[in-house]
Amino acid sequence: MKENLILSGIEKRYGDAVALQATDLEIKAGEFVTLLGPSGSGKTTILMSIAGFVPPSAGRILLDGQDVTGLPPERRNFGVVFQGYALFPHLTVNDNVGFPLRARGIRGAEAQRRIDTVLEMAQLGAFARRLPRQLSGGQQQRVALARALVFEPELLLLDEPLSALDRALRKDFQTEFKAIHRKVGTTFIYVTHDQEEALTMSDRIVILDRGRILQSAPPSELYERPATEFVARFLGKSNFLRGRITRVVEGGAELRCPALTSRVSIGRQDVPAIGASAIAALRPEKIKLHPSAVPADACSAKGQVVDITYLGSVIDVTLALADGTTLAATVPAGSIALAEGDTLVAAWASDAAILVEPDAERGA
Amino acid sequence: MSAAAVASPAAPRGERLYWALLVLPCLFLGLFYVVPVINVLVMSVTVPRVGLSNYADLAANPAVRRVLWTTIRIGALTTAITLLLGYIVAYALVHTSPRQRQTLLAIVVASFWISVLIRAFAWVAILQSAGLVNSVLMGLGLIDSPLQLVRNEVGVMIGMVHYMLPYAILPLYANMSGIDRSLVPAARALGATPAQAFRWVFLPMSLPGLIGAGIIVLIFSLGFYITPAILGGGKTIMVAEYISVQISETLRWGLAAMLATTLLVSVLLLVFWLSRFMDVEAALRK
Repeated sequence: MKENLILSGIEKRYGDAVALQATDLEIKAGEFVTLLGPSGSGKTTILMSIAGFVPPSAGRILLDGQDVTGLPPERRNFGVVFQGYALFPHLTVNDNVGFPLRARGIRGAEAQRRIDTVLEMAQLGAFARRLPRQLSGGQQQRVALARALVFEPELLLLDEPLSALDRALRKDFQTEFKAIHRKVGTTFIYVTHDQEEALTMSDRIVILDRGRILQSAPPSELYERPATEFVARFLGKSNFLRGRITRVVEGGAELRCPALTSRVSIGRQDVPAIGASAIAALRPEKIKLHPSAVPADACSAKGQVVDITYLGSVIDVTLALADGTTLAATVPAGSIALAEGDTLVAAWASDAAILVEPDAERGA
Repeated sequence: MSAAAVASPAAPRGERLYWALLVLPCLFLGLFYVVPVINVLVMSVTVPRVGLSNYADLAANPAVRRVLWTTIRIGALTTAITLLLGYIVAYALVHTSPRQRQTLLAIVVASFWISVLIRAFAWVAILQSAGLVNSVLMGLGLIDSPLQLVRNEVGVMIGMVHYMLPYAILPLYANMSGIDRSLVPAARALGATPAQAFRWVFLPMSLPGLIGAGIIVLIFSLGFYITPAILGGGKTIMVAEYISVQISETLRWGLAAMLATTLLVSVLLLVFWLSRFMDVEAALRK
């Protein structure tokens, strides 16, 4: 188990349309990597190129130094869990799971032993003689997973495997996928458009938009230090402060916006020029609300409460600033007396806002 | 008063109307179809005298046995060839682009519009010694003397396969359209070669379509009359043509009735036997 997967400049065009711009990605053996992006971002194209169903227009795919770009899917030895599961309706659970072994010429007692082991792991022992249509959605999902793992593949590719399940079941599976990943140690490459799935399970998240990778980092880094406006928006909620750089200081800068002035940390960007226009992302939960007094060494803005949403443990508050823009804050419930129309001071630490790359013009 | 109470006297009246509407067609069918069929069944054991002597001919009469054997052989071969060709066309229909599919389907359906008589004579023109096929082959120097393609079993089967193809293609196409398109890629991803993916996944899933198409084609093939009569040239005689000869020329109505009954019963048994597979398959798919 030391294979690592390298995508080197892979690209996919359909005529003039570019589904995937030249992309480099390295995935370490045993890693749980999630490709996260909206539809049309190229995440499924990457997955299907790795699986062997979509030949890249350019670039190479290397597995442990071996070029596998031209290999047909059946010679790659990767497990694939398809979006609709793609279980064989005419075969029992046992035979569905045994299918990859049959294709590899593994039969008889050895095959049955492996099938039983993986069915046990997927808690499907009691359903071995059933047909897929006799199972619930969650059970079908387990069969698809068991079938993709039974031949101990070098890589497991999962294409939005939870999209057909309800919310409670999705949460259970997130825990289960993580546990199975720990147990089998296989590299997981997981495609989803659900940020929660990506955050909870992955060692690393690769965020894609419009056919290119925007950022690739562990979940906490991605959340704390988003590289672009899109990443900050797509992963969690964020306020965006738009203004001009007025000062550059050690490790940060000063951003002057119409309604406020904030210290910002530079994050992953180049040190900005003074006078340049810039955008900073500020997470709502980094904002504290005060009746009036502001702690020293904090950035602040005065605003009027226009909306209060009670969410149990926390409260979402929307403040209207002097220039009409709004600022969203998430504060612990009960931390401050709130009423619509109140004027409050929002404050945040000097390193809480972080410069991000503005989105390119959409639809260009 | 509830709506149900108001509606209830109307319901039986509506039902009576349905039955009344059915009377005429039932009467028509009974008078002009069921009665004659029963008449044929009765005739097979009463003409020329009461008893099973007509049925003894099935074993004893060499001419009858030869005709039956020819019918079974041609019917089975036609079915096999039609299913094979039809399967290929249906497979192409399912996997091609929507635009090509429309064109192909139009071609398949268009052949329904041409009468069987015209098609049979067209095949005679194409297949005869001085016909298109032979003159092209001879022109290319591939053969020295014309091939005997018509007035024999080869000609009959060409004509029958051609006629039967749409009846095989359409049910097969309907069945294959229902097969989940992600299953074959899934099989490939799990390690199956294209041939294995076809054999282990696509073929078993298209089996209900094959059985359905097979039943239709076989039943039609056993009762073919015009095509073998024209393309067989009097040498290859199938049971329908033989029955016609017994009725209109040799006037052995008892023998003809017996053969008609035998054909009817065989087809019914065949359908009954095959329908048991069909039910199992249909149940599996639900």
